[in-house]
Amino acid sequence: MVAQNIVFGVLAAVMGISAIRVVTTKNVVHAALYLVLVLAGVAGIFLLLAAEFLAVVQVLVYIGAIVVLFLFGVMLTRATIGRDSDLDNDQRWLGALIGGGIFAGLAWLLIDAFGDEKLRIEGIGRTSDVGLAIFQTYVIPFEVISVLLLAALVGAVVIARKD
Amino acid sequence: MYLTQFLLLAAFLFCTGVYGVIARKNAVLVLMSIELILNAVNINLVAFGAFQGFETSIVGQVFSLFVVAVAAAEVGVGLAIVLLIFRNRASIDLTEVDLMKG
Repeated sequence: MVAQNIVFGVLAAVMGISAIRVVTTKNVVHAALYLVLVLAGVAGIFLLLAAEFLAVVQVLVYIGAIVVLFLFGVMLTRATIGRDSDLDNDQRWLGALIGGGIFAGLAWLLIDAFGDEKLRIEGIGRTSDVGLAIFQTYVIPFEVISVLLLAALVGAVVIARKD
Repeated sequence: MYLTQFLLLAAFLFCTGVYGVIARKNAVLVLMSIELILNAVNINLVAFGAFQGFETSIVGQVFSLFVVAVAAAEVGVGLAIVLLIFRNRASIDLTEVDLMKG
């Protein structure tokens, strides 16, 4: 249990700092690379919660595909590679107020509701169990997700097509 | 391990994402902030699932997988829209996309 808490502390610190850097850095490419750190930290959190398949999916889909997509987006929109002081609008204080307010409210609520609930990880979330759940109980949502992905694919091609 | 530590981490990621959506004006950076928010939701789903026992932990993971798929679709369409805005206006500054402002 102690080891898990140490791992959680390290992961949380890395994720917290990286998340703040994603939304404050002056460099678009650095923001994408800090996002990789946050996403890898989320994969580590999934491992701590015994969700190993989800951790692998997180690395494959997010770090492998989505971040690359973001880097393509940065490249294709010809954003300044390097420091660019013109990335924030003038709502920074409003954003900090809203973000801090939501966090304070959520933290108070969560500590009040679940303050001393222990989390016991029972058994290992094996991939076969996840697969059985997807293809037995949740097969219809799974098919709907497939159609959604196809629609998004076609939609993205249609929107971005030159004509 | 307590449940609250995961929930607080997720809440922090969520609020950072909200700040990014409000304060950034580069459209790609706004999409990145949305990814932060979606990841916070995933942590919450898996943590609450694990909290309820083994059966429910699988359910939480399945829902989290669905969120990952929807996030992938969202990024694809979102970046296509950003590219189109860039092609039409030669800029992805969101403060300049105000055609619908009265």
